[in-house]
Amino acid sequence: MKAVALHPVPSLPAPAPAPKRAEPTPAPAAPGRRLGRWLRLHRDQIRAGCVGLLALALFVLAWHLLTTNRVVFYVRFTNIPTPADVLGRGLAALRNPIFADHVLLSCRRIGLGFLLAGGIAVPLGLLMGRFRALREVAFPVCEVLRPIPAIAWVPMAIMLWPTNEASIVFITFLGSFFPILINTLQGMAHVDPVLVRAARCLGAGEGALFREVYLPACLPQIFTGLTVGMGVAWVSLIAAEMISGQYGIGYFTWEAYSLVQYADIALGMIAIGVLGLASSWLIRLLGRLVMPWAAR
Amino acid sequence: MVEPSRGRIEVRDFCLRYETLEGSVEAVSDAALTVEPGEFVSIIGPSGCGKSTLLNALAGFLTPTSGSVTVDGMPVSGPSAERGMIFQQYSLFPWKTVRENVEFGLKMKGLPRSERERQARTLLGLAGLSAFENHYPDRLSGGMKQRVGIVRALATGPRILLLDEPFGALDAQTRLIMQQILTNMWQRLKISVLFVTHDIDEAIFLSDRIYVMTARPGSIKAEVAVPLPRPRLPAMTLSSEFLGLRRGLMSLIREESLRAMGGEVSADAMKGLAIDLEGQDLAAVL
Repeated sequence: MKAVALHPVPSLPAPAPAPKRAEPTPAPAAPGRRLGRWLRLHRDQIRAGCVGLLALALFVLAWHLLTTNRVVFYVRFTNIPTPADVLGRGLAALRNPIFADHVLLSCRRIGLGFLLAGGIAVPLGLLMGRFRALREVAFPVCEVLRPIPAIAWVPMAIMLWPTNEASIVFITFLGSFFPILINTLQGMAHVDPVLVRAARCLGAGEGALFREVYLPACLPQIFTGLTVGMGVAWVSLIAAEMISGQYGIGYFTWEAYSLVQYADIALGMIAIGVLGLASSWLIRLLGRLVMPWAAR
Repeated sequence: MVEPSRGRIEVRDFCLRYETLEGSVEAVSDAALTVEPGEFVSIIGPSGCGKSTLLNALAGFLTPTSGSVTVDGMPVSGPSAERGMIFQQYSLFPWKTVRENVEFGLKMKGLPRSERERQARTLLGLAGLSAFENHYPDRLSGGMKQRVGIVRALATGPRILLLDEPFGALDAQTRLIMQQILTNMWQRLKISVLFVTHDIDEAIFLSDRIYVMTARPGSIKAEVAVPLPRPRLPAMTLSSEFLGLRRGLMSLIREESLRAMGGEVSADAMKGLAIDLEGQDLAAVL
């Protein structure tokens, strides 16, 4: 390899020392400028929010036009309530204590079913994840029962349980149980084995491993399961409350059809949707509180 | 502080084979090594030679097919806090803060909360990590995570410390700094250490003795003493003694690494790979 002649690098003159000048500390931005900066930084979210609202407004507008004009084009809008009707019934319902009773009773049933489901599915999922023998016994049975929709369980539920109330809670329980179980199993399957080994090298016994490693490691997945489970519980509600007479928002919605109170059907649907969304959101919030390390 | 009479590791006639579809594979065959109480011993060898397997058996995660693994005369039958281990992958519990991680072993021992906190704080102070006490691990750099991992393992006062390529995932500069930190810590504690690495310089810098393993099936090829004075200083890596040790170990390892890469290497094969020996004898190169 021939050496390439290098030109001698001229020595650079020593740089003149930079004139000493105190850096001005940035003045606290005036509130108006802060707002401007906030808006700029959150441009994307703001735009998404505006687009979302616009889409919802268009949806309501389409609904209004289709129903007030009683449009028929194979799909029939003749009897569908208009947004104004539903809004009217909604405002009346908010003032009506009986409607509140319906809502509260449904919430109680969902709450009970959900808590039972979580109370059984989470420990079961953890144990199934940890002990192969249990998984081999329990998993096939769960997988066979899982696809059966809540509404198909209604006759069985009525026969199995002594009271109507118990049958209803059973249906909501079934709705939440499987998503919670499956997600807990997923969480267990993905626990990092090096964490388990590290814990064992620090003297952790079986119980401590569960409490200190498996459970916290699965928490994010468990909360996903709980959020989904809560949603599915509300979905099963109408099927469940068809069993009972008299009360419950699901019952209210179902009966509105036979009572020719069409606006109440839409009201009931919207109420269930809103309650389902709100309860899922509460679970997510709870998750964020319980898992401070996942706040990234 | 560990009394220097504790922490004697003895591995005799160690064999480990496992079953695969193709037949049984011998990972380690007839390995034997000793670590005296308070000694820092490294194992180096090519990838896949079984050095991690040996370490895992010492930790209690694997059982040898034959042979014995004992610590202070007691056979190893499962993982315990007596044999602390630091892994190559980051193993801090993400849901615990740095201090809670360090407290973990003490919690398993049954210490009350105030006592645990006190001890953990002291240890973190000694390691220079007090400022990060309440951080979650995801806020730490790789080097800091491994430092916390070491402190966590030492908190329970184990008889021996096992390290499985703990600095392998770190960048070169951080690795050098971590080696100095480890040797300074060890200098104070004098705990028995078995350290697995593929980095020869790291092994020489840290250890009192080095075992060289053969390619799979692994056994002990050679045992080399490192007579460098203690405490070890970075400048020693340039001394003629250090370089001499390195040259010797490199040739030992090179042979095994080539073997691990796929059988005997002939001069023709080398030509095929376009590695020009410049007229030298293959044996001379190796």
